[in-house]
Amino acid sequence: MTDSNKNTILVDPVMVHPEACEAPNNQRNGEGFFQLLKYLIVGVLFGIIFVKAEIISWFRIQEMFRLDSFHMYGVIGSAIVVGMISIQVIKRLNIKTLAGEMVVISDKVFNRGQIYGGLIFGLGWALTGACPGPLFAQIGSGFMAVIVTLLSAVVGTWTYGYFREKLPH
Amino acid sequence: MLEIITSPWPWYVAGPLIGLTVPTLLLIGNKSFGVSSSLRHICAACLPANISFFNYDWKKEAWNLFFVFGILIGGFLATYFLTNPNEIVISESTIADLKEMGITSFSGLMPADLFSIENIFSLKGLVFFVFGGFLVGFGTRYAGGCTSGHAIMGISNLQLPSLIATCCFMVGGFLMTNFGLPLIFKFIN
Repeated sequence: MTDSNKNTILVDPVMVHPEACEAPNNQRNGEGFFQLLKYLIVGVLFGIIFVKAEIISWFRIQEMFRLDSFHMYGVIGSAIVVGMISIQVIKRLNIKTLAGEMVVISDKVFNRGQIYGGLIFGLGWALTGACPGPLFAQIGSGFMAVIVTLLSAVVGTWTYGYFREKLPH
Repeated sequence: MLEIITSPWPWYVAGPLIGLTVPTLLLIGNKSFGVSSSLRHICAACLPANISFFNYDWKKEAWNLFFVFGILIGGFLATYFLTNPNEIVISESTIADLKEMGITSFSGLMPADLFSIENIFSLKGLVFFVFGGFLVGFGTRYAGGCTSGHAIMGISNLQLPSLIATCCFMVGGFLMTNFGLPLIFKFIN
């Protein structure tokens, strides 16, 4: 059964993703090292924006949660508006990916984890002054102490995975 | 021209550029924007420990690791080659609040009072790096995403669960900043 499937391209309509992954790979064609480099380049540009707009600054996060500055609200808000318009354009004009595939975006399913986990992450966001993306940019910027924060975040993720079945969702 | 690039970018430049990451990732490889999943892939790659949540083909999701490594390089390039010639401008009211709690340094993107190597093995390090980082990693995975996966990607795609998660991020942040931090600083200073 499995042997015959291996050679049949027409079968296999379902893609297997890690359960509850918010950023899944929806491309059917596999990608080698050099193809993956394009995500590194997008990451580099993204990291530059993070630093230049001071989004990685602990002070900017403090200002946001003290309602002392519009900066972070402007950044996140305008990013959402541009993202929303882009997704609508892609969907309505049925724009295909570079590999010629249909764009696939998985729907989110509500569970109580989004509330509990969201609150927990919010507490950590105000302490560290960083969400996961800025953590990497802070380290690149030379704040070596943040390596500890990143390692601890990996431990936190692992701990969640370990206790997942026992936690309310 | 270089001066425009080296001085801090306003929100109406940075925000739309970040928003463009959404269609860029979708169109170059059918990838949904999200960063916190990288932490999970690191777990799956390094210590899956037979936990079903980490038992998947992380190599198939390796794009996310390339992406975050790129963010790190981008942070380096921007800091060392596109350096802001001026000091960071922080709201007076935030400075006053932070001074009251014992923060003394207001230069650079991060306060030296907290984010220095010497603090790693201190009570400050334990609270701000170890405990804070743990909450970020645990919370984002529990919530199924972070500011990128939920707030930007999810809300852009009109997902109600992402809006709920984002509101909870903000509530958590407000609680920690306005009630937690004053207590913590009282304790560690």
